[in-house]
Amino acid sequence: MTNKPLRRSAQAIAVLCAAALSLTACGSSDDSGSGAKAADAGSVEAALKKGGTVTVWAWEPTLKQVVTDFQAKYPKVKVKLVNAGTGNDQYTALQNAVQAGSGAPDVAQIEYYALSQFALGKSVTDLSAYGAKDLSKAYSPGPWNSVAVNGGVYALPMDSGPMAMFFNKKVLDKYKIAVPTTWDEYLTAARALHKADPKAYITNDTGDAGFVTSLIWQAGGHPYTVDGTKVNVDFGDAGTKKFTEVWQKLISEKLLAPITSWSDQWYKGLADGTIATLSTGAWMPANFVSGVPSASGDWRAAPLPQWQAGQTASAENGGSSLAVMEAAKDKPLAYAFVKYANKDAGVQARIKGGAFPATTADLNSQAFLDTEFPYFGGQKANEIFAKSAGNVAKGWSYLPYQVYANSVFNDTVGKAYVSSTPLSDALGTWQEASVKYGKDQGFSVGG
Amino acid sequence: MAAIPPPPGTGRAAPPRGRRGRRWLGWGFVAPFMIVFALVFLAPIGYSIYLSLFRDRLIGGTSFVGLDNYVQAFQDGQFWSGLGRVALFLAVQVPIMLCIALLVALALDSGRLHGRNFFRITIFLPYAVPAVVATLMWGFMYGDRFGLVADINDAFGVSLPNLLSPGLVLASIGNIVTWEFVGYNMLIFYSALHVVPRSLYEAAEIDGASQLRIVTSIKIPAIRGALVIATIFSIIGSFQLFNEPSILKPLAPNAITTYFTPNLYTYSLSFSGQQHNYAATVAIVMGVVTMIIAYVVQLRGMRKEA
Repeated sequence: MTNKPLRRSAQAIAVLCAAALSLTACGSSDDSGSGAKAADAGSVEAALKKGGTVTVWAWEPTLKQVVTDFQAKYPKVKVKLVNAGTGNDQYTALQNAVQAGSGAPDVAQIEYYALSQFALGKSVTDLSAYGAKDLSKAYSPGPWNSVAVNGGVYALPMDSGPMAMFFNKKVLDKYKIAVPTTWDEYLTAARALHKADPKAYITNDTGDAGFVTSLIWQAGGHPYTVDGTKVNVDFGDAGTKKFTEVWQKLISEKLLAPITSWSDQWYKGLADGTIATLSTGAWMPANFVSGVPSASGDWRAAPLPQWQAGQTASAENGGSSLAVMEAAKDKPLAYAFVKYANKDAGVQARIKGGAFPATTADLNSQAFLDTEFPYFGGQKANEIFAKSAGNVAKGWSYLPYQVYANSVFNDTVGKAYVSSTPLSDALGTWQEASVKYGKDQGFSVGG
Repeated sequence: MAAIPPPPGTGRAAPPRGRRGRRWLGWGFVAPFMIVFALVFLAPIGYSIYLSLFRDRLIGGTSFVGLDNYVQAFQDGQFWSGLGRVALFLAVQVPIMLCIALLVALALDSGRLHGRNFFRITIFLPYAVPAVVATLMWGFMYGDRFGLVADINDAFGVSLPNLLSPGLVLASIGNIVTWEFVGYNMLIFYSALHVVPRSLYEAAEIDGASQLRIVTSIKIPAIRGALVIATIFSIIGSFQLFNEPSILKPLAPNAITTYFTPNLYTYSLSFSGQQHNYAATVAIVMGVVTMIIAYVVQLRGMRKEA
């Protein structure tokens, strides 16, 4: 056991080196231009003419093509695309760079749930000054509400994840189970399926914060209310209750496959029929194609089941934006790239690459809606996704420190999945942990 | 053996004038070491202590809070539960691992085994596997949907308990750590046994001592120093438990909490909670606790030897 301290420190050194490398690689952060107050749409055009360098931290694969196109169109601008990790890894590096005062990129990919944390910490720039406010109609409401926070616009939506239910048609047909349209039907289907084949489950779930909050969102719940630094957390509202009532039964009756999403078992389960449905964001098809190629033709998309028969409510799951950092050297130029990638020509390039856009023009375009998915047996799945995007329930907000809250989800709510703790109690424990952290961080928190 | 000549008288022979100069000269020789020592050992500890006196908040920024973080750490149920968990781990896993290692070392040393070198290498081999790889490998075996446990369940129609459930995951980790480090500890014991003069065994045999008696009266007392060292290393290793739970966490997200061990807690505090200051505090408290326990064990071990 002696080498553990050694190995640990070796790891720490490796992490430090990696951090140092990524920081220096995109370093050279002279602060010129960050004080420029004359920010308007004209300055964006001027910046494009003048040229310069933009460093972008993002993991979204379709951006590579966008960068190539952008540089071809504006030869004076050089874009450095750096993959500094996915999600949390990148946020950690980003937060460290911001804190260190150097090494931060000009543009960073930030998921919707994490954006308000960066906006609050003043690490990202309010883009209203560059004309971003006029773009509110260009995006579907879910993503737009996520970037228009605290009275500003802190990023432009890159993609979106209006939810849909993907189902394995082969499995449901085999046991003659109708595609559920409400969550009550979903529960019935779960029972019927598991009874017919004890190895098959309606879906997998080992406790996923993003999924639970999305379903509460769809049910009309508002567990989080945020007003500047005043935060309220309440998992006792009617929307949350709708969710816990159904989900508690799925957990207690052991109708959920104990398989964690994105694990090897998960891909295997999606392929071999162990997992019959998957309710998630519209960005999923690309993952089906690459991760579950053997089940091509088995799966279809359907609207998300409803909490009340006849409704069409939906919610977002995942999705991310591009934000301009407060420390960016040339903010107008950085904004020019963001706008190109997320509003102008870049969007088409990214759709071709398999991304799901957030722009209403593309969501409603006939070509987009008519796209046939060979993986889904030729189904025009975008019609379902686009409808879902328009039906996202309004008024949802995440915590300004959702990144932390999600990290302790399995500590608290996870108990409901592996013991007899009721889900509603477990959500209460999560609420307590979120409130405590908020108070520690100086928010005035109720709940 | 020739007696070592006493060192030549030093202080007396030197003229008094040179004393001061020579004292500085001495520091000069030590300086390269001292600089590296200060930079590599003292500075990080000093910086951690400095960090632990502040608190950085999302709202309100950084402020000096004195010993508040320490007060918080002592009242932190999550920290103590993590510490309790590694203490339990220490109390159960370390004795098992060291006993197995000792048995194997004695078996190899007895000279009655065929293919001694083969066994020595085989038992040592897991130590050469990186902990990350070892844990991933075991994680796959533990999985009850695919992997070894699933295969056993299928083949024999039984339903083994889920090794990654909250009640069993600590034991599962103990199994991985034992597998990894038995060979390493065996090697420490084996090399200590190697230097015991064979003539002692012969003398004991002539006196009519059984093999068991030789083991308990000669071999084990002779390697007490190695036993103490191995125990101290194991204590430190247990308190620093991180790799195994951290890698198993994605496989058992609800069984391994973010505060499963103190090290994992420190890691989550600073990387998902951005609470660097409090993480530094927890790390220091943990370091002090480890030092105290290792020191107590060392004192006890050495006293017995005397």
